Parts: sequence; C-alpha cells; structure tokens
Amino acid sequence: MKYPFLVLLAIFSFKAGASTPEQRGLQVFRQVCSSCHSLNYVAYSDLSDLGLSVVAIKDYASQHQVADGLDDDGDPKTRPAHPSDRIGSPYPSENLARLANHGGLPPDFSRLALTQQGGTARIIQILQSYASAPEGTVLPKGSYYNLAMKHRHIAMPQPLHDGQVQYSDGTSSTIPQMSQDVGAFLEWAAHPHLHTRRKVGVFTLLYLIAMSILVFFLKKRIWKKVKN
Amino acid sequence: MTDKSQDLSRWVEKRLPIVSSFRREYVDFAMPKNLNYLWNFGAFATISLGMLLLSGIFLALNYSPTVSDAFSSIETMDRQVASGWLVRSIHMGGVSMLFAALYVHVARGLYYGSYKAPRELIWLTGLGLLLMVMITAFAGYILPWGQMSYWGATVVVNAFNTVPLIGKALTSWLMGGEGLGNAALHRIYVLHFLTAFSIIGVVALHIATLHVAGSNNPTGIDPESSDETVPFHPYYTSKDGLGLCFFLIVYAVIVFFAPDFLTLAENYVQANPLVTPQDITPEWYFAPFYAILRAVPSKLGGLILATGSIGVLFAVPWLDKSPVRSAKSRPLLRPALLMLFFSFMALGFAGMHPPAGGWLWLSRVAVFYWYLYFLILLPLQSRGETASSLGFAKEGRE
Ligand code: HEC
Ligand code: HEM
Repeated sequence: MKYPFLVLLAIFSFKAGASTPEQRGLQVFRQVCSSCHSLNYVAYSDLSDLGLSVVAIKDYASQHQVADGLDDDGDPKTRPAHPSDRIGSPYPSENLARLANHGGLPPDFSRLALTQQGGTARIIQILQSYASAPEGTVLPKGSYYNLAMKHRHIAMPQPLHDGQVQYSDGTSSTIPQMSQDVGAFLEWAAHPHLHTRRKVGVFTLLYLIAMSILVFFLKKRIWKKVKN
Repeated sequence: MTDKSQDLSRWVEKRLPIVSSFRREYVDFAMPKNLNYLWNFGAFATISLGMLLLSGIFLALNYSPTVSDAFSSIETMDRQVASGWLVRSIHMGGVSMLFAALYVHVARGLYYGSYKAPRELIWLTGLGLLLMVMITAFAGYILPWGQMSYWGATVVVNAFNTVPLIGKALTSWLMGGEGLGNAALHRIYVLHFLTAFSIIGVVALHIATLHVAGSNNPTGIDPESSDETVPFHPYYTSKDGLGLCFFLIVYAVIVFFAPDFLTLAENYVQANPLVTPQDITPEWYFAPFYAILRAVPSKLGGLILATGSIGVLFAVPWLDKSPVRSAKSRPLLRPALLMLFFSFMALGFAGMHPPAGGWLWLSRVAVFYWYLYFLILLPLQSRGETASSLGFAKEGRE
C-alpha cells in the first residue's frame, strides 16, 4: 500500500521542481523584455496565479521604485514597490519610451496576446524571424531586419539570443524555447484568472445540467394532465 | 396558520391587496395551453435584464468615469478585484443574451401577429424597451474607454452632427461642449445606469398591459373556454423554468468558456484619439443597424434609414390591416416574413465587414427589402384578407 503513495509523491515533487512555460516566460520577461515593454495593468501579486510564492513576489516588487507623492520640500519621492503595485513601465512616459527606441513605441504587454493581429502565434513567430539583412538592403534608421514583418523590418532590435537566460529548472534557453515560453506568459497575462474561470465554469455547468434534468421531469409530470 | 397571522394578512389585504393581486396575476392567471417555447423569450429577457442590473451595481462600485482612469479601472476589476472578472463577464455576456432574447422575442411577435388588437400597447411599450436597451448598451460600451468605445461613439456623434440645424448644437450640448472628453464620459455613465434602471418601470407597464389582454398563442385565435387555458402556475412556471435552464447554460458557456467570442479584442487597447482603428466595427447586436448606417453614401441618409428601420416597427399594428394574426395561417405573408428575418441577419453579417463590394450590396438589398416589407408587402398583402377568406370563424377582437 505504501508503494503507490510514494510514486504519487515522487510525481508531485518532480512537478513542484519543474517550472511551467508561464513561469519560464516570466523569467524571460523580467530579464529581457521588461527593459523596454511595460506590463501596466498586471500587479506583482497577480503572479501568485502562476505559482510564485509570496516571498518571491515581494522580492521582485522590492527591486522596483515607484512614485510616492512629494516630500516636505515638494520634491517627488519614491519607495520600493509593494506586491499590490502594478509592474508598470520601464519608462516614465510615452515620449521617453519613443525617444529611447528611435521613435518606436514598445507596446504594453497586459493584453498584447489578445490585441496583436494573429495572436500569440504571431508574437512567437516575430521573435524567431530575425535574420541578417541581405546585401544591399537599406533599412530605415532604427529598424531591424525581420522576415515576419510585411516590410521586412521592425523597430525592435532582436531581443532574444541563444543561452541568454539561465532557466532555474535547467531547460536549455534556445531562441525557440524562450519564444514559446514568453508566448505562454503573454497568453496568461491577457486572460486573467483563466484557470479559475474554467474551474468555476465546469461546476456551474454541471449544476445547471443537473437542474435542467430535474426541471425537465418536473415539467413533464405537471403537463401530463394537460397534453393528450 | 394561527388566528393572529390570519388577522394580520386580512388587515394588510384590506389596505394593500398585494397577495391576492399576485395570486391573480402570477398564479391563477389563465394562459393559452398551446404556447410554444418562443413564449419563453420574454422571461429570458427579464432574467438577463436582472443579471445585468445586479452585476452592474457591483461594476459601478469599482468604475471611474474619467478619461484617465476608466480603462485602468476596468483592468483592475478584471485582474485584482475579488471575483471582478466574474461580475464583468456576467455583465458583458448578459448584454448579448438580452439582445439575442429580444430579437427572438420581437420576431415571435411579428410572426404570430401579437402586435394586433388588443395588444398594440404591449407592442409599443416593447419597442420603447428596445430603444431604451439600445441606448443603455450604446452608452455602456463607451465606458471601458477602449479603442472601439471611443471610435464607435465617434461614428455615432458624427452621424448626429449631420442632422440639419440642430445636430451640432445638440451633440455639443449633450456632450458638455468639449467633444468626447471627461464631461461626456461622466454624462454617458449617468445616462447608462439611469436608463438601465428606468427599464424596470417600462417592463412593469409592458407586463401590466399584457395582463389586460392576456397572451396571444401560435394559432392567433383567442381561447374560447377554460378548456383551452391553464393557470400560469404550475404550468408556465415549470415551462419557463425549463427554458430558463437551457438559457442559463448558453449564458454560462459564454461567461466561462468564451468570454472573448462575442466581443472585439480591439477594445482592450486604450482609447487613443490620434489612432483610428483600421476598421471600426460594432458589437454584433448593433451590426444590422451599422450596416444600414453605411449602406448609403450620405451620412444623414444613413442615419435616417437606420432610425427609420426601427421607426417602421412602431407603425406595424396599423400597417397590417388583416384580422388574422398568426403568419402560420397566412400563406402569402409567411415566406415574405421569413425573408425579412433573413435580411436582418444578412444586415448583421454585412455590418461586421467593411462597406465595399458584395457586403455593401448585400446590405443595400437587405435594407431595401426591410422597407419594402413593412411599407408595401405588409399593407398590400393584408388588404383583401379577411378572416373568413382564410377559413377563420372568428376575427380578432377590437
Ligand atoms: C530594446 C527594447 C526592446 C526589447 C528588449 C524588447 N522589445 Fe519588443 N518592441 C520594442 C519596440 C521599440 C517595439 C515597436 C516595434 C515597431 O513598432 O515596429 C516592439 C514591439 C514588439 C512587439 C509587437 C510587434 C509588432 O507586431 O509590431 C512584440 C510582440 C514584442 N515587441 C515582443 C517582445 C518580447 C516578447 C520581448 C522579450 C523577449 C521584447 N519584445 C523585447 C522594443 C523592445
Ligand atoms: C427589456 C425588454 C423586454 C422584456 C423584459 C419583455 C418581457 C416580456 C414578457 C415577460 C412577456 C410575456 C412572456 C412572453 O410572451 O414572452 C412579454 C410579452 C410580449 N412582449 Fe415583451 N419584453 C421586452 C421587450 C419587448 C419588445 C422589444 C417587444 C416588441 C417590440 C415586445 C413585445 C411583446 C409582445 C407583443 C408580447 C406579447 C406576446 C404574446 O403574448 O404573444 N417586448 N414581454
């Protein structure tokens, strides 16, 4: 009797050690994308939905400073972010973001998987479609050769390079791997509470179906006397 | 029951006969026994309206009606407010469910001639409800301040600006003078829940007038004796209950498994007056009217045709002079009416595509048929038609 229990334990502890694609994607976001892209509407604490511990979330939040009103001399103050703060933007304003990116504006990530034409699949494709421009190509200033784009260029420099991120679970960080992972992360961010939504949905449906069956028989019995 | 409580209920009954009226109108009330499931849709509309009002109250607690905070407050609700995602999905899904129920409800009325004497006022209060629901939905869609909120509103404001003489002044006055800004958003917010709650009052009128004439039925012939009727409870409470279970199942599938299916992703991008979306499309329930708006090259013309398309519905009880109610008994009208439903759907599809090529022509043909049906086919067809010519013994009551 002990044996199956041990197997289960082994499976679960293995699962706890391995990270999910979304967690790895978060790592890519933190180390790469977040230097240009914002996550304006996702709070640090929302990451608990990905299985992050409270300690890890507090740690992540405390690495960032957020505005905190004015001090007694009227100068702007900052404080380390709380878990309830939003992850926000690396730039203080849209203008500065453009200035830092040759006029291009890195789009906010909160709903990008939903609003991007072609969805997550397209994002993953763009990330993997950088190449060196063929001889004689003239690229507009501040843009980079990318085969996925209609005009073959994009204002985002190639963000991913093989081995750029040290995955904590030892997954090897190839460009396709990191693209898939960050795609999964963006998909998660764009659909808040998806797992809870599905779980509550299944229970609600089961309840409604059971009720339909009962009401069906009730109605049949009541109408028996009428229809002939 | 003890003597005391009996005394109390008698005391109340004498002063406010609420219990006996309820019993008369919702328990013993005589209903035709041959109603089909299309008679469930009024109950469906009532329930979706209830869900909308209830969820709306909780949304209002967290929403900020300012240009700078509106979009962000909606994101907060979807992400950080406890169960906010659920409340918001119920509200968004509820709108689609209400419109779907209403369109079937209206079609049922047209098909079975429920608008005819003595039920004209049910029809008119119903159309009043439809307009109020439309105004509420239009205002509500602006509130999240996404790209479609902003640009959809802009299309409508521009259309109203073309009304001669008063158009510009009227919109500027309604919007608080500064276009689609903070003042306008605040007013639209107030308009949204003011109309939403006012709908309850008109529903009460709708039901009150329904209970004077009683329900129509699929044959269109009034029940003659109590053999042909059953009391509302338990017969129609159980039948409505069963229908509601199915209605709620569809509703739940949308809320839990397809929250993005009926909505436009573009509205998750914050409104930006400097960036016009590639194609401005409305939610599905406004698509037929949007198609009409864009079917003609003139903005004012489109506005007149679109409002007129609902306007003709108000005249239907007087355009249709036939004493026969149900289209089932009107072999000429029936196919023409089914074509009408078909053109409404065609308009819906056309409204979700850019107005060019085949879609543009489809919407032109469909809107032409819409007017043709109501202004020509319906009055002409009903002309020589008498109850006896179709083998009916009894004409509709005056
Ligand atoms: C050096 C800054 C920088 C980094 C780092 C960066 N981006 Fe970008 N990104 C940009 C800019 C600038 C744009 C705007 C591109 C344009 O408008 O052509 C952009 C655009 C995008 C787009 C939209 C593409 C489109 O269809 O227009 C996606 C998707 C994207 N980035 C994903 C990512 C991901 C995922 C990462 C992390 C792996 C990342 N970016 C890292 C600067 C950056
Ligand atoms: C918020 C909107 C509405 C609500 C809550 C509502 C509710 C109801 C209810 C509960 C009934 C009785 C059950 C039934 O016959 O389905 C009913 C009947 C009716 N409604 Fe509505 N209704 C609404 C809008 C409309 C509209 C837009 C119209 C048409 C223009 C309309 C026309 C009618 C007619 C003609 C009847 C009587 C039908 C018959 O007995 O054959 N209603 N309504």
